[in-house]
Amino acid sequence: MDAQGTSQGPILPPAGVVHGPLGWLRANLFSTPFNSLLTVLCLYLLWITVPPLINWAIIDATVSGTDRTACAGASGACWTFVKMRFGQFIYGLYPIEERWRVNVVFAVGILLVLAALSPRVPGKLWSGGAFVFVFPVLAYVLLGGGLGLPVVETRLWGGLMLTLVVATTATVVSLPLGIILALARSSRMPIVKGTAVVFIEVVRGVPMITVLFMASVMLPLFLPPGMNFDKLMRALIGISLFASAYMAEVIRGGLQAIPRGQIEAAQALGLNYTRTMGLIVLPQALKLVIPGIVNSFISLFKDTTLVAIIGLFDLLGMVQTASTNPEWLGSSVEGYVFAAFVFGCFCLAMSRYSQALERRLETGHRRR
Amino acid sequence: MTPATPSTGPAIQIIGMHKWYGDFHVLKDINLTVEKGERIVVCGPSGSGKSTMIRCINRLEEHQRGQIVVDGIELTSDLKRIDGIRREVGMVFQQFNLFPHLTVLENLCLAPIWVRHMPRPEAEALAMSYLERVRIPEQARKYPGQLSGGQQQRVAIARALCMNPRIMLFDEPTSALDPEMIKEVLDVMVSLAEDGMTMLCVTHEMGFARTVANRVVFMDQGEIVEAAAPEQFFNAPSSERTRQFLSQILH
Ligand SMILES: Nc1ncnc2c1ncn2[C@@H]1O[C@H](COP(=O)(O)OP(=O)(O)OP(=O)(O)O)[C@@H](O)[C@H]1O
Ligand SMILES: [Mg+2]
Repeated sequence: MDAQGTSQGPILPPAGVVHGPLGWLRANLFSTPFNSLLTVLCLYLLWITVPPLINWAIIDATVSGTDRTACAGASGACWTFVKMRFGQFIYGLYPIEERWRVNVVFAVGILLVLAALSPRVPGKLWSGGAFVFVFPVLAYVLLGGGLGLPVVETRLWGGLMLTLVVATTATVVSLPLGIILALARSSRMPIVKGTAVVFIEVVRGVPMITVLFMASVMLPLFLPPGMNFDKLMRALIGISLFASAYMAEVIRGGLQAIPRGQIEAAQALGLNYTRTMGLIVLPQALKLVIPGIVNSFISLFKDTTLVAIIGLFDLLGMVQTASTNPEWLGSSVEGYVFAAFVFGCFCLAMSRYSQALERRLETGHRRR
Repeated sequence: MTPATPSTGPAIQIIGMHKWYGDFHVLKDINLTVEKGERIVVCGPSGSGKSTMIRCINRLEEHQRGQIVVDGIELTSDLKRIDGIRREVGMVFQQFNLFPHLTVLENLCLAPIWVRHMPRPEAEALAMSYLERVRIPEQARKYPGQLSGGQQQRVAIARALCMNPRIMLFDEPTSALDPEMIKEVLDVMVSLAEDGMTMLCVTHEMGFARTVANRVVFMDQGEIVEAAAPEQFFNAPSSERTRQFLSQILH
């Protein structure tokens, strides 16, 4: 090993960088003994987990057939279950002949979100405004019925569709409401500030499950008898308020990070409070807390599964119900893996988007 | 609100003004009159209340006793009056306080568009003319974070000028700058003075005070100790405290 070294003195590391795959391996995976150890350990962990998983999920899996007997002999996953129940996982108990309405809402929603979020499409104000103000009305009419469409009661709504309805509503409500609460909490007016503090602290101090229970069980007790508004609506209000309280604290963190001089400069130019906040403080504060906002959205998205405890069946609830059906006993793992996969995709998409957004807003104005 | 034509009285009149931070008496019986077109330099040791005094003039700080009259309008807690006065009084800060999320041009256009309701093309033309005046028109599309300190401070001056103010307040505009950038900012201020702008500058640039100021005001411990024309102030100060301060600062 040292044969060359003894005759010509110590071997110096090559000047400059070693190129090619070998150089990359050296630099990234085996740069120190400790890193080498970690690399080997990780490779070992991957080796003992990934092949069996692939065997289970793909190679030994069954997709064919229409019931449990199709999977009888196979050792892998029984995707037949997911295949047969796919409609329910996506649409809940929504009438099959009306599902096109859900599809239209999905399609319009996705188009608007893509248009509002992707940097290359112009007219952000229009697509964003349409998503926040027009789309909810459209979705409400299409999903719920009216204007000539047969009514579909919300107790039939379920699956991924319900998950998205809850998550989108809470997201769209919580951002503006969170901004208002954060501004109120930073206000110098004692009543405004006090109201915001009490609201935020009460809502944050209570578990989401309690908020949902209160919305679905307690609220009707206070309403006059006979007046009974929709269970889903109550859950939406509860979750939106809950999410707003968290959002408010995330945004307040951003507000506090903006130097006082920014506000003073705006005031000295004669800008009033609304414009100082809207044009100077909020744009900077929101940009600072993008990771926190997206973090809230992701955790909100997953929290929507809690609506199951008040008898609404979101994606996870549908999976759970379907797998306790005697026809499909023993298929719960496949169901959960499917649900995890869908949730994972949405959360990953949000997280990637936020990273891209941060990079895009970062251009050039870092130094001060 | 603001009178359409300038009033005939002084630009700024401060009469018997006091200010406290809690129990701390920061400003004690301040009396100062600034005539139209007058250039006043305020100096004094750190903590003497210079910043607090000029920040009271556009109500970034609130005074508790006495009167401040700007261009014939007395400052009260009436928001309309405050906004009216802020439109006529430009301010330049030690830390520049440019808006980092907006380009230089957007920084300049913001107030004309949102406060003066000027159409955007007109506001941009105005902004470019002031950028030329401070000699950095080529930086219009950059963000403040991409400029040097001297350039940033010149943008900040141009931003204040875009509101076409009758009075300019400067709070140590060159203190955060490297020595080689101080001159470019002072040059802009001198040219402003030559155009007859009413200026109230907190600064320790004594060269600037000597050549540009009509009067130099010395503050110590919240009081105006001395106010005199530059020759008298530098050559024959009447108070012992002024002499001490000058000997420290001029060596
Ligand atoms: N927000 C505040 N609360 C309490 N005390 C304050 C506040 N702002 C300033 N002070 C105090 O008021 C005094 C005057 O401050 P000011 O900033 O006006 O001084 P200055 O003359 O501008 O000093 P410098 O040359 O260091 O800028 C100082 O003693 C300072 O500690
Ligand atoms: Mg100061």
